[in-house]
Amino acid sequence: MYPKQEVVAMLLAGGQGSRLGVLTQKLAKPAVPFGGKYRIIDFPLSNCVNSGIEAVGVLTQYQPLVLNEYIGSGQPWDLDSMNSGVRVLSPYQQIKGTDWYKGTANAIYQNINYIDRYNPDYVVILSGDHIYKMDYSKMIAFHKENNADCTIAVIDVPLAEASRFGIMNTNPDGSIYEFEEKPEHPKSTNASMGIYVFSWNKLRKYLIEDEDTVGSEHDFGKDVLPKMLDDGQRMFAYQFQGYWKDVGTIDSLWESNMDLLDPNVPLDLSDESWKIYSRNPVVPPQYIAESADVQNSMIADGCDISGSVDFSVLFSNVVVKPGAVVQDSIIMPGCVIEEGAVVQYAIVSENTVIGKNAVIGARPEDIEDKDKWGIAVIGDNLKIGAGAKVAPKEMIAKDIEEVK
Amino acid sequence: MRGNNVMGIIFSNLHENLISQLTELRTMGAVPFGGRYRLIDFPLSNMVNSGINKVGVITKSNYQSLTDHLGAGKAWDLSRQRNGLFILPPFMDPADYANRVKTFNAIMPFLKNSSEEYVVISDCDVICNIDFQKVFEKHLENNADITVVYKRDQLPAKIQNPTVFSFDNKGRVNDVLVDPAISGSCSFYLNIMLIKRELLMELVNKCIGKNTMSFKRDIIQAEYKNLNMYGYEFKGFSPVITTVSDYFNANMSLKNPDVRADLFNSERPIYTKVRDDMPTKYGLGSKVSNSLIGNGCNIEGEVDNCVLFKGVHIGKGTKVSNCVIMQDTKVGANCNLSYVIVDKDVIIRDGKTLAGQPSYPVYISKLSVV
Repeated sequence: MYPKQEVVAMLLAGGQGSRLGVLTQKLAKPAVPFGGKYRIIDFPLSNCVNSGIEAVGVLTQYQPLVLNEYIGSGQPWDLDSMNSGVRVLSPYQQIKGTDWYKGTANAIYQNINYIDRYNPDYVVILSGDHIYKMDYSKMIAFHKENNADCTIAVIDVPLAEASRFGIMNTNPDGSIYEFEEKPEHPKSTNASMGIYVFSWNKLRKYLIEDEDTVGSEHDFGKDVLPKMLDDGQRMFAYQFQGYWKDVGTIDSLWESNMDLLDPNVPLDLSDESWKIYSRNPVVPPQYIAESADVQNSMIADGCDISGSVDFSVLFSNVVVKPGAVVQDSIIMPGCVIEEGAVVQYAIVSENTVIGKNAVIGARPEDIEDKDKWGIAVIGDNLKIGAGAKVAPKEMIAKDIEEVK
Repeated sequence: MRGNNVMGIIFSNLHENLISQLTELRTMGAVPFGGRYRLIDFPLSNMVNSGINKVGVITKSNYQSLTDHLGAGKAWDLSRQRNGLFILPPFMDPADYANRVKTFNAIMPFLKNSSEEYVVISDCDVICNIDFQKVFEKHLENNADITVVYKRDQLPAKIQNPTVFSFDNKGRVNDVLVDPAISGSCSFYLNIMLIKRELLMELVNKCIGKNTMSFKRDIIQAEYKNLNMYGYEFKGFSPVITTVSDYFNANMSLKNPDVRADLFNSERPIYTKVRDDMPTKYGLGSKVSNSLIGNGCNIEGEVDNCVLFKGVHIGKGTKVSNCVIMQDTKVGANCNLSYVIVDKDVIIRDGKTLAGQPSYPVYISKLSVV
């Protein structure tokens, strides 16, 4: 017998995140390192805990090893209670056969049993690829106030960018009368954040119906939500104020990391009242040597810095040797930047060694053809040989030989 | 040693009076060290890394910060179904823990109820990364009753009741001096010992029966001839904290890469309580050199030759050099600090100047506002 939970959160973490290329070759997008010590999934998980949600199902499918191991018992997020906490839910074999999660709605459908045992009133659907701090309890209160069946969190985006999002058109009372998926001529700037609150009895019914609907892609955005709207269910948009970023592309991942260095960006990770929890490596404090020059950067424990680091985010155990230069870059755990190497506008994945005098990426002002410029990305556990050159925008998945 | 036959006992309270300022509000084992640790992290991690999974922690008074730090022992992997961490405060009367012999007598039920054949005993005044597995192997090889861990060096000036050994050519103890007048290098006891559990109980019972209460004089010195007592020399980094100055110097020595490689050996990591701080932020115009820095700091000024703990803020235009600044202390703008030890949660307002001397660092106590 499980004690009732008023709210159960379901976190969709099965996506490959193919636009992140080499960064998600061996791990699911929510496990991608972020912000010097976190992984993306720390944000929705910590938001759940800080919002008082005690039961969280994490739906995994693509490359789950790193994610499973990272979540573990859920202890770092205080999600290891006796009867609730975090559960990793992967697709499983059933009497009628075996299925992968066919779509976001189907993933929840396949785990109705998990949700039912808590007998919840509300289910919150979250995705594992956004960086934001949000109090879901306020959104649930809004949902209750409106006696809604479904509430969708929206954020005001610039009109010019609105056509990249799913747009919710609302009546003055906040109720939704129309969805537009990536509209050419958006009528409003309320972009869906991919965060939904449902009354569980309603959602349960629609998931079962959707499962039997021929031709459905079993997706919330494409199938379930439009069907609910057509049926005249009470659907509301919940306006979110604050920092929110989809980090599904190399550029947005890079930007969002850099946002942490900008005091004007409202994403404060030092806020004691809304901590972002994570699994912490067992490493000594960071050491900044006499020869080092560190400016406007974020550096994690275990780093050993003797070179110059500027506008960059360094994860734990990164070594920057004397004479090496790291600018406007993200260096993931355990990387070594050897003497004289120059890393600019780049993302270097875990445990990679950048050899002596190698040059990775370039500053946009040093490139004539602006179309050729972009963030250079180096995969994990690679050896970039001494003197090698990696052009901007390149994505490296293999070792590079030393250049003599 | 895994699956093993050895348990640990840590005295978190002894030697407190030597650094009375730092232990005014905490016990010795809870004294912060090295940017993110507490002194007890070292013996505790050493035991865990050597495969010991049952550790009793003796604590006598002022132990709130210690129990807060240790919790259920999760960070050391000692929150276990079988064995794990046992915090052993006095049953009722702190006088039961008046000395080491009395303390062992007071925890006799804990010793009796254990099934491990051997006990490693350690205090919290030595900062080191020692592999007890090696001590254990030597112990078996020598067929020893007791193995004492010692260091060959000058005696630390203020060390209490130093115990100095001499050995025969096989390494067996053939003389023990307690509190001798000695100059020059000698083999002194690091308050770390491996002993059979039942022998320990027997020796303690004997002392209690005779009302002889000095562990060093009445057990080590009185019994070495009757027992197979051997020495194990520890050659790694191992400062003994006997003064505030020792404490300061031990922190400062972490700037040496060889010391860090030895003490923070990645094969045998030092565990500590996790705090979920963000990484440290280095502001535009900040200047940091030759310093050890914990997570969660926010540095806008100049930091030179320092050890900064977690969550320290250094304001714009401020210069700190040769300082040890403990967790969550906020140093305002345009300050100037040199040779200062600043305890936890201190606020230093804008424009203040504080200076100690290399031989005598100034100490600012916990929660002060300057």
